[in-house]
Amino acid sequence: MMPAILVFAEAGGQEAIDKFANATSSGIALGAIYALLALGLVLIYKATQVLNFAHGALAALGAFFAAYLATVLNFPGRYATFLPLTMQWLLSALVAVLITALVGLVLERLAIRPMIGEPLFSVVMITIALDIVIRTITDDFIGNNPRPLGDPWGADVFNVGPAIIAKSEVATLIVTLICLIGIALFFRSRYGVAMRATAFDQEAAMAQGISAGRIFALAWAIGAGLAATAGIFSSLFPRSSIGVSNTTAFFAFRALPAIVIGGLDSITGAVVGGFIVGLAESYAGAYLVGDTWSFLGLGFAGVMPYIVMLVVLIVRPYGLFGTEEIRRV
Amino acid sequence: MLEVANLEVVYNDVVLVLRGLSLNVPDGEIVALLGANGAGKTTALRAITGILDIHEGDITKGSVTFDGEQIDGKDPSAIVRMGIAQVLEGRRIFAEMTVDDNLRAGAFTNTNKASITAAHERVMDLFPVLQGRRKDSAGYLSGGEQQMLAIGRALMADPKLLILDEPTLGLAPMLVQQIRDIIVDINRQDVSVLLIEQNANMALSIANYGYIMETGKVVMDGDPQKLLGDEDVKEFYLGLHSEGERKSFRDVKHYKRRKRWLS
Repeated sequence: MMPAILVFAEAGGQEAIDKFANATSSGIALGAIYALLALGLVLIYKATQVLNFAHGALAALGAFFAAYLATVLNFPGRYATFLPLTMQWLLSALVAVLITALVGLVLERLAIRPMIGEPLFSVVMITIALDIVIRTITDDFIGNNPRPLGDPWGADVFNVGPAIIAKSEVATLIVTLICLIGIALFFRSRYGVAMRATAFDQEAAMAQGISAGRIFALAWAIGAGLAATAGIFSSLFPRSSIGVSNTTAFFAFRALPAIVIGGLDSITGAVVGGFIVGLAESYAGAYLVGDTWSFLGLGFAGVMPYIVMLVVLIVRPYGLFGTEEIRRV
Repeated sequence: MLEVANLEVVYNDVVLVLRGLSLNVPDGEIVALLGANGAGKTTALRAITGILDIHEGDITKGSVTFDGEQIDGKDPSAIVRMGIAQVLEGRRIFAEMTVDDNLRAGAFTNTNKASITAAHERVMDLFPVLQGRRKDSAGYLSGGEQQMLAIGRALMADPKLLILDEPTLGLAPMLVQQIRDIIVDINRQDVSVLLIEQNANMALSIANYGYIMETGKVVMDGDPQKLLGDEDVKEFYLGLHSEGERKSFRDVKHYKRRKRWLS
């Protein structure tokens, strides 16, 4: 980073440094959310070979649960008033994540399990149907107006050197790191080893007494939980100043370039891809503006991830960390 | 211990693969199941261990019992929990995982920490070559080492009965000897063995009893001496014929006319 900062420093002085630092910090925070979304998608893809199109809907559902628990029910905060407000809110968020994980479990049982052995394409279609159903129900829950999540950070910011960083961004990054460490530890556990085994060779895993169905359910539960986590943090300032709304569900699709860049079946790739996409979007938003770039039009930042994705696909069609000859979905 | 009675298995509702297979593995013995390609050996294994489902196969008649309990229709994990472990044909190790993680996957049904450690030690004793490679990716092991890992993985479940499907497939003669000795060692540790093989010589040299399968049923069974002494077995499985005798073209035609040899 240093040389880059120096170059900018020469070109535009302090202002350029500020701009770069801010673009980088918000890019990392954005990347953290993409990484979370991508992680959930890749986990389900790895274990079941299905790209889950209902991921965004689950993210919105999780964010709604968090908003409802924190602002309407005040659960579990009302039973734990002795805790600081931040802890109370985090507990509400955790409960929301767990409820969404449960929803994932039920969805797998009802909609995905009966499809085992059917063509993968049919299963992917089912996830699209699930997306529509969950999204419609969630929109109805949310109502006409966006629901604020009642998080303790609001629009608070603080300065680190030249960068202005929102407190919620720091929270996002910390939670993402906790999730990543959690997933890494999970993969070393008994069920984690079983999931990797099932992902690699289902029949051989079954021959060891691993119940493939249970592993699928677990993958869906964890995937849905990660979706909810991402949904909650994508509904906070500065991603969204208004809370969870009926556009939250579509945010997840912006993580698609991340998993394609990283390689569909690589956990590391999902995380790296998430941060690449976040930074690319943030830098494009900061630098590809003004008269010189006016031909790109407004909102080009949202297109940038796809351009990165195209470049990666040209150089490495199976993604940066993906297995070569990956299956089509 | 394991009793298979009149088993009939149909794939995709149309392909009749096992037609009344019966066999019996007594406690503490090694039983060999021999047969040519397509005889139904692997299908018999799948029927015993409950993984027919994912191959669109169904047991339409007959039964499988283990220690007096009926196990056909149970799911694979329940069968492993009861004490039947299997080594699939073609090794099927988890190539992307380390040797240790492969073994841990094998120990999935084993929830007792002490017994996992004991099983792990047993595997390391049986296969000292794996000791130095515990952190290596299993895919980088040689074929022989992979087969040993596959057997070790199955042993991690602490089975009472171990079913091996062609453990010597594609291995050099020296390694075949080694695997054979290991099977005998495992059997000495109070594990019954059902050995599914094409290598009749190797299988019958260690078995207490042998079955020969053809087109979905047992056509001949008996103790190894009897099978090894049988003229047809000698000719078709061991590639032997009376010394000095010239084979005439007529014999070949005779074999072709018979299509099936033992029945």
